[in-house]
Amino acid sequence: MAILINRDTKLITVGFTGKQGTFHSLQSRDYGTNFVGGVTPGKGGTVHEGFPVFNTTKEAMEKTGANAAMIMVPPPFAADSILECIDAEMPLIICITEGIPILEMVKVKAALQGSKSRLIGPNCPGVITPGECKIGIMPGHIHMPGKVGVVSRSGTLTYEAVYQLTQRDIGQSTCVGIGGDPVNGTDFIDVLELFEKDPDTDAVIMIGEIGGAAEADAARWIQKNMTKPVVSFIAGASAPAGKRMGHAGALISGGDDTAEAKYRILEECGVHISRSPAELGEVMEKALANK
Amino acid sequence: MNVHEYQAKQLMRDMGLKVLAGHVANTVDEAVDAAKKLGGNVWVVKAQIHAGGRGKAGGVKLAKSLDEVKLHADDILGKTLVTHQTGPEGKKVLKLLVEEGCEIEHEYYAGVVLDRNTGRVTMMASAEGGVEIEKIAEETPEKIIKVAVDPAAGFTPFVARKLAYGIGLKSKEEVKEASKFFQGLYDLYMKYDCSIAEINPLVKTKGGEILALDAKLNFDANALYKHANVEALRDVTEESEKELEAGEHGLSYIELDGTIGCLVNGAGLAMGTMDIIKHYGGEPANFLDVGGGATKETVEKAFAIILDDENVKAILVNIFGGIMKCDIIAEGVIGAAKELGVKVPLVVRLEGTNVALGKKILNESDLDIIAADDLADAAKKVVEAANGSN
Repeated sequence: MAILINRDTKLITVGFTGKQGTFHSLQSRDYGTNFVGGVTPGKGGTVHEGFPVFNTTKEAMEKTGANAAMIMVPPPFAADSILECIDAEMPLIICITEGIPILEMVKVKAALQGSKSRLIGPNCPGVITPGECKIGIMPGHIHMPGKVGVVSRSGTLTYEAVYQLTQRDIGQSTCVGIGGDPVNGTDFIDVLELFEKDPDTDAVIMIGEIGGAAEADAARWIQKNMTKPVVSFIAGASAPAGKRMGHAGALISGGDDTAEAKYRILEECGVHISRSPAELGEVMEKALANK
Repeated sequence: MNVHEYQAKQLMRDMGLKVLAGHVANTVDEAVDAAKKLGGNVWVVKAQIHAGGRGKAGGVKLAKSLDEVKLHADDILGKTLVTHQTGPEGKKVLKLLVEEGCEIEHEYYAGVVLDRNTGRVTMMASAEGGVEIEKIAEETPEKIIKVAVDPAAGFTPFVARKLAYGIGLKSKEEVKEASKFFQGLYDLYMKYDCSIAEINPLVKTKGGEILALDAKLNFDANALYKHANVEALRDVTEESEKELEAGEHGLSYIELDGTIGCLVNGAGLAMGTMDIIKHYGGEPANFLDVGGGATKETVEKAFAIILDDENVKAILVNIFGGIMKCDIIAEGVIGAAKELGVKVPLVVRLEGTNVALGKKILNESDLDIIAADDLADAAKKVVEAANGSN
């Protein structure tokens, strides 16, 4: 089962013929993803690495039956690519690109409302359902099929969490990177809701960071709606206020978006806390044992 | 990216927004000349630094004669201002803005921000201007009028009316004046991809004009490629030299006070690495994300920047390869060690894409590297190493 993607997912990559697009598309294929082709305007009708290339997303969907798109185009063109996917009614859009101007994402967010598409990202590692389907840039080999869901604002920290789980023989149902930008397509609550409904997910790791209210909102949602244990780490406890820590969204601006404030509300709402990023696996193991 | 008040006001003027006449001055003589050019008999001498709270720190002064302009300019230029936004080290004043004076009837607040919870551009206004808006937001949030602008509809007249009536303006002229200002501010925000546009205070003069007394504009760094005129306003003296240099090489670097240099891939893991160093009793010397597209050269540059900080007593390289390949990091580490001569203990933890190759490259080098098995092990070892070399 898992969430969002599985064996039946058919993937195209927008920006397939670029260097990164090619590399990660082929990596996804090698992992076992049903990769069916790509989109690069101007290169329609050609074949790249044995896969068909189309000028438009709509044509690619019609010809290949794709139901998921990975966007790997440079920042100035990425919002436009997302809008094209929404227009083509692509069910799942996963945007890896980092550095999209935020006002363009405001328009994208508005276009998503009432559309037939779900957007994951941007500025994210993608989504993987171990053993079935990998869409994104995460190293596939560290994952292991299983029953813990992972949702995170950070790419490499997700790998860290997954690695710790796999080391302890705890497999993952699906790992979702929602991205480090302040305006994104899918938030923690959306993914938590999917995990709560998924019979193949027993527990969830949620990795947040400083800045914004997404973790606090998620904490309150968990308290009300979630029956499965949630383990959480918030990155940036050591970050100074007012400095943007790499991610566009990782900025402490008020009093309640610090790591400490987020830990406090998560704890109040019954979430298991790991204050060290190295103890996520251990805390999850305990949470599963006490379930 | 931040700009100075005088630069923000020029952008506003160009968009037809009302601001007071003023000239920038780099010297005391220029300040006096600016006042002469402006005419009149009241001027305001304002320190130009990238931080708020200048008034309280003595960086904004009223002058009622040219002698007073000279006196204040002499006093403020070269002075280091410490405000709630500069940090304890303060900021040195290198430029002044000399503006004509005006008679204020009321001080308001006007701002445009991106509300990340709704994903919408949000206009704000308050009748309580001239004070810290954060304080109002905390104590009396009902005194801030907010309107989230629908991205499809854009700015429509009701948005301006809601703000204008909301802050207590009544006469037709006043509401019309204020509406024009709000519309202009929104247009400016959208045109230049701002992330913050804040006018505090926005004033009503005794003559009934609505104009900006102060102006703070902040721009989305990801959109600067569209706005060469804004990028040209960058004042490098306001930014950390090392942070700028890092940025030029595609590195995201922030200098901190600790003793453990960090070289990490990914912003989240970079923060997590700082957190775990602190967790084990150490203090990070920096945040450094080499990003996904780093080459051997950028890794070497990253090392050079870390080693340039004389507080660094040990270095932790923590890489979880996704886009980033471990062998590239290993090559970079070796290149840097050979070229720069790393004299502090170096702890390396590699995992992820091409990890075996990366470890092999490091093992086969004759570098003195402390290898770590996992994140906790790496943090413990580097904290120990940093303390040991004290």
